[in-house]
Amino acid sequence: MTMKLVIGLDGHSSGEKALAFGQQMAEKTDGCALVVVYVIEWSPFTFQTAEENAQRHKRREEEISVATSRVVEPAVAKLKEAGLNATGMVRHGNVADTLDNIAKEEGANQIVVARSSDGGFSSRIFGSATANLVMNASVPVTVVA
Amino acid sequence: MNTLNKLLLAAFAFFATAVPALAQEEAMSLDDKVSEVFATFTGPFVWFVFAPIPGTSFPWIVMWLVIGASVFTLYFAFVQFRFFGHAISLVKGDYSDPNDAGEVSHFQALATALSGTVGLGNIAGVAVAVGIGGPGATFWMILAGLLGMASKFTECTLGVKYRNEYEDGTVSGGPMYYISKGFDELGLPGGKILAVLFSIFCILGAFGGGNMFQANQAHAQIAGIVGDYPGWITGLVFAVVVFLVIVGGIKSIARVTEKVVPFMGILYVGAALIVLIVNYDQIGWAFGQIFAGAFTGLGVAGGLVGALIQGFKRAAFSNEAGVGSAAIAHSAVKTKEPITEGFVSLLEPLIDTVVICTMTALVITISGQLLIDEATGNYVLNEAGSAIATVGDTSGVALTSAAFGSAISWFPFVLAIAVILFAFSTMISWSYYGLKAWTYLFGEGKTAEMVFKCLFCVFIVIGAAARLGPVIDFSDAAIFAMAVVNITALYFLMKVVRKELASYSERLRSGEIKKFTH
Repeated sequence: MTMKLVIGLDGHSSGEKALAFGQQMAEKTDGCALVVVYVIEWSPFTFQTAEENAQRHKRREEEISVATSRVVEPAVAKLKEAGLNATGMVRHGNVADTLDNIAKEEGANQIVVARSSDGGFSSRIFGSATANLVMNASVPVTVVA
Repeated sequence: MNTLNKLLLAAFAFFATAVPALAQEEAMSLDDKVSEVFATFTGPFVWFVFAPIPGTSFPWIVMWLVIGASVFTLYFAFVQFRFFGHAISLVKGDYSDPNDAGEVSHFQALATALSGTVGLGNIAGVAVAVGIGGPGATFWMILAGLLGMASKFTECTLGVKYRNEYEDGTVSGGPMYYISKGFDELGLPGGKILAVLFSIFCILGAFGGGNMFQANQAHAQIAGIVGDYPGWITGLVFAVVVFLVIVGGIKSIARVTEKVVPFMGILYVGAALIVLIVNYDQIGWAFGQIFAGAFTGLGVAGGLVGALIQGFKRAAFSNEAGVGSAAIAHSAVKTKEPITEGFVSLLEPLIDTVVICTMTALVITISGQLLIDEATGNYVLNEAGSAIATVGDTSGVALTSAAFGSAISWFPFVLAIAVILFAFSTMISWSYYGLKAWTYLFGEGKTAEMVFKCLFCVFIVIGAAARLGPVIDFSDAAIFAMAVVNITALYFLMKVVRKELASYSERLRSGEIKKFTH
């Protein structure tokens, strides 16, 4: 059976740690596939002006292209250089839900994320993306410190 | 950025407190002059739009809107009730493709359109309707709201279907686009002329109801709290802030407003509910007044017909069904099925008119602000005989404020903030609608946009300075003129929507269109 890992990046140095850990695991497993994911935090239930709505499609394309070129592509290139089977994707949505959905879609065995870097008031109330993922994920989750 | 906001606040506070005393005498005459010139200039247009059907006192335009809404209701076999549940599912995102995440959602399009319509119409407009037409106006308002859901459905479906999508990913849509493209597609003549006519009226509507009426009532509200002072001062402050947002591109102000407005709306409905709960024993009586007034008039000016006209007028002014403005706001949504946006939009008149306007009307009726002749049980008219006499001789937003104040003493202050914010968010929304019509006429370009935006700000000052009468007449006239063109076009284009509706309901039934599991 081949192994498939979903690696969640956050664009920060902590995401790099998750990437490095995923790479280590993949190197030790034969035929391990890696899916590198960057989720742009987005909710369909926010309030916007008419003008923002009219430009939304354009902005979305821009957000995806920036995330792809700055975060996902370099990570995938690095993994491929190391001789691994890696693909990348950028999605909008709630970080925890989206990572879990991708894991299900891709039939992944495990999700690797970094320990949440954001702290403070809002994460105490709503919980951080990492904590939500750990509590609700349908596959095992590895949290890299 | 923060410094700028602070400066603005400071400037606003200064104007609101210090200046009134300084310039009162001189400026009152300026306000009067503005008012007079404005009334003369807009008189003929207003007269034409509100001309009565010969031999009656019934304005033809009100009939036009109600007939339109009734025709769409029947033509689409009560779509507003049949697809009500489906509309809620769509807003919840049950049918949204996860791969489209990040695009404008149904909820966002609905919220944006609502923030353009929920506002002074619900607070001041209802007070005007109830003040003139009596509580019975509420009944006709609710009926017009329910029928209006079908008009909204028709226009918003077309708005998405025939919008322009540009190469850079931005979109432009609205009646001017569906009229010209739709008529071409059906091989009908005159599409371009109607589209141009609509655009002209839309610009006037943006200056009127979307701008001057808002500025005028916001000023009345502030003046009611800090004491009377010249309107042009409020107008100037508003104009500067709006200018900073629409010309200066200071999005943070708009963003803050867009986030605060929904909470203000909830707060408003919450306060209305509190007033109703406190006076729960009178709710039955208030509904009794509404039903009795709807069919007898209870002695108000114009009797039954007066109540009916006021109710229909205010409903149309508040929820804008059939006017075409919402079609501009809704056309930004990303969907493979234009009709889904139509379903979502039919919730607007329900929330706006059937829920929020009715709350205001009930609070005013229960508050006892409207004077009743105890001997006959009829309402007492004021000296001029034009409206019902009220406790403090108030009308418009001041009447709503007094009604809430009689139950919750501090609420007029919250209401003042709500009115200012509602006025502001409605101005921002309408500046966009007007701009879309303007660029349709004059082409998309920086200079053309700048001219419109500057004119828009000038009208804020005029609106705040003029008296309520001429402003409200012009606002209503301009917005109804949009409806004349829009509904005419909808009669020709409604078969396009019917085809979409048939195909969509068939696929929904067969299970081809199904919910996405999240």
